Amino acid sequence: MGRITLDKVEKRFGDVQVIPPLDLTIEEGEFVVFVGPSGCGKSTLLRLIAGLEDVSGGQIRIDGNDATMIPPAKRGLAMVFQSYALYPHMSVRKNIAFPLKMAGMDKAEQDRRIDNAAKILNLTDYIDRKPGQLSGGQRQRVAIGRAIVREPAAFLFDEPLSNLDAALRVGMRLEITELHSRLKTTMIYVTHDQVEAMTMADKIVVLRAGHIEQVGSPLELYRRPRNLFVAGFIGSPKMNLIAGAEAAKHNATTIGIRPEHMGVSKTEGMWKGRVGVSEHLGSDTFFYVHDTGLTDGITVRVPGEFDLKSGDTVYLTPDMTHLHKFDDKGLRIE
Amino acid sequence: MATKASRTAARIMMAPAVILLLGWMLVPLIMTLWFSFRNYLPLRGGDLGFAGFDNYARFFSSSAFWPAVGATMIIVIGTLIITVTLGVLLALLLDQPMWGQGIVRILVIAPFFVMPTVSALVWKNMFLDSVNGLFAHVARFFGAAPVEWMIQAPLSSIILIVSWQWLPFATLILLTAIQSLDSEQLEAAEIDGAPKVKRFWYIIVPHLGRSITVVILIQTIFLLSIFAEIYVTTAGAFGSKTLTYLIFQRVLESQNVGLGSAGGVFAIILANIVAIFLMRIVGKNLDS
Repeated sequence: MGRITLDKVEKRFGDVQVIPPLDLTIEEGEFVVFVGPSGCGKSTLLRLIAGLEDVSGGQIRIDGNDATMIPPAKRGLAMVFQSYALYPHMSVRKNIAFPLKMAGMDKAEQDRRIDNAAKILNLTDYIDRKPGQLSGGQRQRVAIGRAIVREPAAFLFDEPLSNLDAALRVGMRLEITELHSRLKTTMIYVTHDQVEAMTMADKIVVLRAGHIEQVGSPLELYRRPRNLFVAGFIGSPKMNLIAGAEAAKHNATTIGIRPEHMGVSKTEGMWKGRVGVSEHLGSDTFFYVHDTGLTDGITVRVPGEFDLKSGDTVYLTPDMTHLHKFDDKGLRIE
Repeated sequence: MATKASRTAARIMMAPAVILLLGWMLVPLIMTLWFSFRNYLPLRGGDLGFAGFDNYARFFSSSAFWPAVGATMIIVIGTLIITVTLGVLLALLLDQPMWGQGIVRILVIAPFFVMPTVSALVWKNMFLDSVNGLFAHVARFFGAAPVEWMIQAPLSSIILIVSWQWLPFATLILLTAIQSLDSEQLEAAEIDGAPKVKRFWYIIVPHLGRSITVVILIQTIFLLSIFAEIYVTTAGAFGSKTLTYLIFQRVLESQNVGLGSAGGVFAIILANIVAIFLMRIVGKNLDS
């Protein structure tokens, strides 16, 4: 259960093509993250899979069966929305019971599933409260509970953590990942946050303007970005991209080097520059280096603490084994 | 923001309005109470002194009293049922994206701008008239005998007219409520396997609950006192006499201010019972 295939799936709103024909296979039990900047069509793609939007062309197959024309309720998928979309007039128990009630399941089985979900998600204490009396994280769990009880073929998450504060987000991120390893159900997760994508995914799908830019495991994308867009999007802080004469030395139009793949020295190195802003996090130190003559600013990351102040001269030495080269079309050169 | 000085200033500045409103309410209320205990017959000797509870006893024991209470209830409840039901359906319809939405919405509100007297007269003469009315023409076209609306179905006629006037109000409030419904909730319900009708009952209706109580509360208060619609159509004949109309007849047609005032006091108490009752429901709904 839970293999989803998109075959030349296409979406147009009037004359505007939001998603050009697109192929993608999501394997059973996989945790797939759709990531991309706002407006890249990732949510639309998720809604197409859920059946909330009609496809303009192509075919969606769930477990090998054509699901393109099947209404959302019959696809066997469960969705968690950004706003949680809890029913405000129903208690937590009734919210979770709603899909079961709609399916006409008998009461004993309903209760068994609800109690089980409540236990998994630590909801037992609030089971009779209304959503309005819960915190953001608790509401999030209720929304997930409502999805779990249906025992769906796949879970769809539409930016579920974007309404939570930073600390809670890290916690929920772990909980969802743990839930996946426990349930082993296919999960499709949409986010614009590449940290969420990197930490949770088995497979990341990077989207831009409806196009799939690259599909791969988080580390594949990190190590071998297929083009400039993925190179710039995956990794935090962003990869430094340098064009011009320096790139030409390496027979490339653009070269990229991640901030963590550069050596920093006060006395000697390949590139000379001046420290602008420095951010001391304790575990790492980020320097924004100017006046290198290469590009506007180069970000460099040094583990631990490093004693450089704004205005100091600094020498940077890129680690050549981690240098990324791109041609004039922005594609990766091996 | 709210310092002690600014709170005092606010109280002083609000005082004239509050005092004016309070006076506006209290003077007629006290006068009504006063007259209800007087034997006051303007054309038959004027104020003839205290009457004790005689006016109340006469008003309640009158053969017209219970039918009037009944007619009032039928009109209020009938109108509420029609306006709320149709209001919800119409609001659902108007919420759909369509061409000319703005104009259609203004047209829907239009009946609310027509004065009660005018709309009642228009209905009486142009639709319900048994000779020249539109309904009579339609009935004759199908070979049926035209209905004498005002005689055969006076309460239904009044409910029809009043519903037509108040439907826009209900529709408007319910439409804004529907528009405030989070569309993700409906989508979630769709994925959860609720077909359209169930989505309506389980998601839309509970969401509208609060607005429906507000509509019922406001309309009840206004409907308890409808007068013009009855005055220009049946003039209280054929069992269409409401409490308000009965009070009017006691005061102006029988020229008995004391008796009418006793009825007025009863109407105030009745309206307050209804209001307290409804306020509690609204309060409960507003809490959740």
